Amino acid sequence: MTSENPISAAQVDAVVAEALAAIAAASDLTALKSVRSSVLGEQSPIAGLNSQLGKIAPEFKAEAGKIVGQARGSLNQAYSARETELFAAEERAKLAAESVDVTASPLTARIGARHPLALLQEQISDIFVGMGWEIAEGPELENEWFNFDALNFDVDHPARAMQDTFFVEPVESHLLLRTHTSPVQVRSMLEREVPIYVLCPGRVFRTDELDATHTPVFHQVEGLAIDKGLTMADLRGTLEHFARSMFGPDAQIRLRPSFFPFTEPSAELDVWHPGAKGGARWVEWGGCGMVNPNVLKAAGIDPEEFSGFAFGMGIERTLMFRNDVKDMHDMVEADVRFSEQFGLVL
Amino acid sequence: MRVPLNWLAEYVDLPGDATPDSVMAELVKVGLEEEGAHGYDVTGPVVVGKVLEFTPEEQSNGKTIRWCQVQVAPTGEKAADGGEAVRGIVCGAGNFEVGDKVVVCLPGAVLPGPFPIAARKTYGHISDGMLASGRELGLSEDHGGILRLAELGLDPKVGTDAKELLHLDDTAAEINVTPDRGYCLSIRGVAREYSHATGSAFRDPAGNAEPQSTSGFPLLVNDQAPIRGRNGCTRFVLRQVTGIDATRPTPPWMVSRLKLAGMRSISLIVDITNYVMLELGQPTHAYDFDKLTGGMQVRRATKGETLKTLDGQVRKLHLEDLVIADDSGAIGLAGVMGGESTEVTDGTVNVLIEAANFDPISIARSARRHKLPSEASKRFERGVDHSMAKHAAARVVQLLEVHGRGEAQWFGADYRSYEPQPTIWLPEGFATSMVGVPYENYEITQVLQAIGCVVAHVDGGFEVIPPTWRPDLTHKTDLVEEVARITGYDRIPTRLPVAPPGRGYTRAQQQRRKAANALAAAGVTEVLNYPFVTDAQLDWVAVAELASTQAGASVPVAAVKLANPLQGQASNMRVSLLPALVEAAARNHSRGLTNLAIYEVGSVFHPAKTVGKTGDLPIGNERPSVKAIATLETTIPAQPKHLAAVFLGDRNQQQVGTKTEAAGYQDAIQAARIVGLAFGAQIEVRQASPKGFHPGRTAELFVRNADGDQVIGYAGELDPALAAENHLPRRVGALEINLDHLGQVAPESVQASAVHTHPAATQDVSLVVAADVPAASVRAALVEGAGALLEHIQLTDDYRGTGIDAGHKSLTFALRFRATDRTLTQAEASEAKEAGVAVANERFGAVIRG
Repeated sequence: MTSENPISAAQVDAVVAEALAAIAAASDLTALKSVRSSVLGEQSPIAGLNSQLGKIAPEFKAEAGKIVGQARGSLNQAYSARETELFAAEERAKLAAESVDVTASPLTARIGARHPLALLQEQISDIFVGMGWEIAEGPELENEWFNFDALNFDVDHPARAMQDTFFVEPVESHLLLRTHTSPVQVRSMLEREVPIYVLCPGRVFRTDELDATHTPVFHQVEGLAIDKGLTMADLRGTLEHFARSMFGPDAQIRLRPSFFPFTEPSAELDVWHPGAKGGARWVEWGGCGMVNPNVLKAAGIDPEEFSGFAFGMGIERTLMFRNDVKDMHDMVEADVRFSEQFGLVL
Repeated sequence: MRVPLNWLAEYVDLPGDATPDSVMAELVKVGLEEEGAHGYDVTGPVVVGKVLEFTPEEQSNGKTIRWCQVQVAPTGEKAADGGEAVRGIVCGAGNFEVGDKVVVCLPGAVLPGPFPIAARKTYGHISDGMLASGRELGLSEDHGGILRLAELGLDPKVGTDAKELLHLDDTAAEINVTPDRGYCLSIRGVAREYSHATGSAFRDPAGNAEPQSTSGFPLLVNDQAPIRGRNGCTRFVLRQVTGIDATRPTPPWMVSRLKLAGMRSISLIVDITNYVMLELGQPTHAYDFDKLTGGMQVRRATKGETLKTLDGQVRKLHLEDLVIADDSGAIGLAGVMGGESTEVTDGTVNVLIEAANFDPISIARSARRHKLPSEASKRFERGVDHSMAKHAAARVVQLLEVHGRGEAQWFGADYRSYEPQPTIWLPEGFATSMVGVPYENYEITQVLQAIGCVVAHVDGGFEVIPPTWRPDLTHKTDLVEEVARITGYDRIPTRLPVAPPGRGYTRAQQQRRKAANALAAAGVTEVLNYPFVTDAQLDWVAVAELASTQAGASVPVAAVKLANPLQGQASNMRVSLLPALVEAAARNHSRGLTNLAIYEVGSVFHPAKTVGKTGDLPIGNERPSVKAIATLETTIPAQPKHLAAVFLGDRNQQQVGTKTEAAGYQDAIQAARIVGLAFGAQIEVRQASPKGFHPGRTAELFVRNADGDQVIGYAGELDPALAAENHLPRRVGALEINLDHLGQVAPESVQASAVHTHPAATQDVSLVVAADVPAASVRAALVEGAGALLEHIQLTDDYRGTGIDAGHKSLTFALRFRATDRTLTQAEASEAKEAGVAVANERFGAVIRG
């Protein structure tokens, strides 16, 4: 006689089917959690079947145990699969809900800017520091001797009257607002040992009324090299390197004879500006020359042993043609909109 | 210097198609910079016409016009514009007669303006052209009537091209002459330079007239007080011309050239002296011989002496002024301007011509003293060729003979006392060692000879005597420039010199740049202002080192003052950056930029310590003694670099998801902290009320170092009254720091402490103290009491109101403790905290908030 296994496969299948349906029906993680006890908990049908196992005849135990175990395994699997699926869906929904319009992102703090005249002086300084030169500074309110006498401007030289100098009261104090950065040359020669390779950026003053191309307060950068055996070829090479660093590898320079009391020979300097708005062209850039022996003597340097060259250019003028600034007023009126165009770099 | 091309072409070959631009392009190669082109701008059919008849017609406006018939081409021929030979022309002038030859501008002509001529209906006639005045042709300022050619001594054929006749077809090149090249203020000098630039042959205009020896006129040259040891007069030539007809016209070619060169035609005699000056560079002067009293003297002015100059002004002379005098007293300011009493006029018959050389320094000083920069003084200041006086006098005499029908006399005088030309030694190889071009010796000889030097190539070098017109050549480097210039700067090769290894930026330079960049990154925009401030702006600033710092102080700052400020610009040098920065903020604000954070880095100027004369300056061409340099330095006031910032409006404007935050003292203090960061210094604050700031919302900024608390500036809010004065809102954050001082008191380098990694214990504490106890003091007490375990402390709240007694506040601090060697227990942290509270209690009665 045969007797039937009290836990039938059909019975188990029915329990599993019902439980799977409940798991599948859960539409979110909360619903899934709430069906957990009814499908997998201690009171669940599958748990009931499991507890029956202990009571059935030994000959049926192995088989019943196997099918109940398999059923339980598949339910666990189904549950965790559904859980993963629902978690992912919820995460997707959350991300969707968190989306923002990034184009409306606020400034969390103000944004500032440097003044382009300061940036340009720093950029030029960097070029020369990169060549081993040092940056020298001097006072803007200067003694006449440093501004004129030591630079071979005779008291009665017409060039000295030409300078349009701001003098300070009382005039006998011999104080003036420096008309060029060249007094820093003199100070450098007095303070330093030869060889000297210095760059002097800074503010200078002339009694010009403010208009589109003039300002009584402006900036210059001046270079000075004193060494054994320096020639105009060294001057030219230095200026060429400078021009290419500023205006690109196609920049060139041109020297024209000129006159300055503190250099002999002297030259005007033009630069071929490949990036000029409206097409590449020659632009007047500054003045230069070999340091006049009288200037070397004023600093106690023997012109028979050493020679040197010097050059200088206007920062405002350079900014005007390099960055297409059209009106001097923009550079001196302290309107933040002017600086803000530049940010931290030119 | 303006150079008429036809004039230039007389002394150097110009290409047939030369234009002002082509001439300037050549001259720039030898160092004469181009300034611009000039011409008469008269084109088209402008011809000589003859007035055949005219009818005066009175007009309703009261004006009388003349309806003229003018012959503009020979009978039977067509006129220059292709029209009839006789034209009807309306003319408003009344200065001509029938039969006069005049200048007719026919339809199609264009006069300067531009003013095109066409046949047009006027006063009831068709006016078929225009009769021109001197001004309409650009020849003179004369517009009193039309130009009558007979007055110019001309009787040309009807129909002659008047442009050619009057030399209106000439053009001029204008060049800039540098102060060392005085000889280029002449056609002679420019022609010579053009020849250097192009290789064209040069013909010296000095050869135009043969100098004659001259004597007999009593002349005494006696400089009783030479300036800087230099004789005021080194050459003085006088020549007499008699029987001149001073009313004769200046020839049209001369008028045209003078006009193109930028000078007005005045009268024949004056025009000739000007013409010769432009041609040779030697100023000359004509005296009316019959107005002279006795002989002539060249001397310094005497005390109280006056002179009425040609411009009609009576001038008080200075003892340093060099004058020309006769027995009546001064009759001319030497080299600057002649006197009225001996002026030539239409009635002048006999003249005495002066051609002289004066000391450049003496002339420059006189011209400057009397504010009389004349064409003559401009040339003397730069140095005039002393070999030219006799030639110039001879040329004036010659032109007076030809054009004024005068008679040259041997009567005159000739004084000379100049030094012979110096000899300069130019060693072989020196030019190459300066310029870097391997010049051959023959090249050097050639160039120096070309510019007029006498050159002897001897063993090892060149003995060079510069020409008389080059007083600027005094040193061998001057000769090197000539060699480089004439052979061309484009021959100079390129070599990049290698500087010895540099030390990079100094610490101060790095600190300043970092502070500037950090502030910009923190939202503050850099601006630059002029350093000039008004008296009122001087008065309100607080500068720690200066006397007027504290609120209520009444001592004004004795700022450095400009002797010659610009019109409309303030005259004091700033002692603080803030006034101009506030003004800049106001300018921005008025332009609708109402949320502002701006800063400036720049020098300020302390009052001079020693005001007054510093005595004579050391000479320029030798190194002054250490003591002399030190004396110079002491005259120069301190000029520390400052940084200032101003904040107003919204720190954060309202945007998506943010709230508006108003700017104020917090921004100023935060900016100070950022600057401290850039300088490697810990900037601390304490309550203060400096001048110009809000008395309750301002901090003194200081750095604590071994020498104590070093005050380096202020941060807070501007005094609301000042804000209002500047049309700014009430809350204006303001900061000013002396960067030089900050750099001095900042640590020279950062000393690092180890970073410990045992777990931290954090605790909060709220302490109730009297409202006037500064938070920083309570914080300091906590730090001191808590000891080494306290790693970090932050004030997180200042609460006043419900639950806190009136006049008190509750300060909450977040504390972080950490031990270097173990995990801290909460009990240990609490113990440290309580130790801190105990110190705060002891100092300020602080109690933990219940």
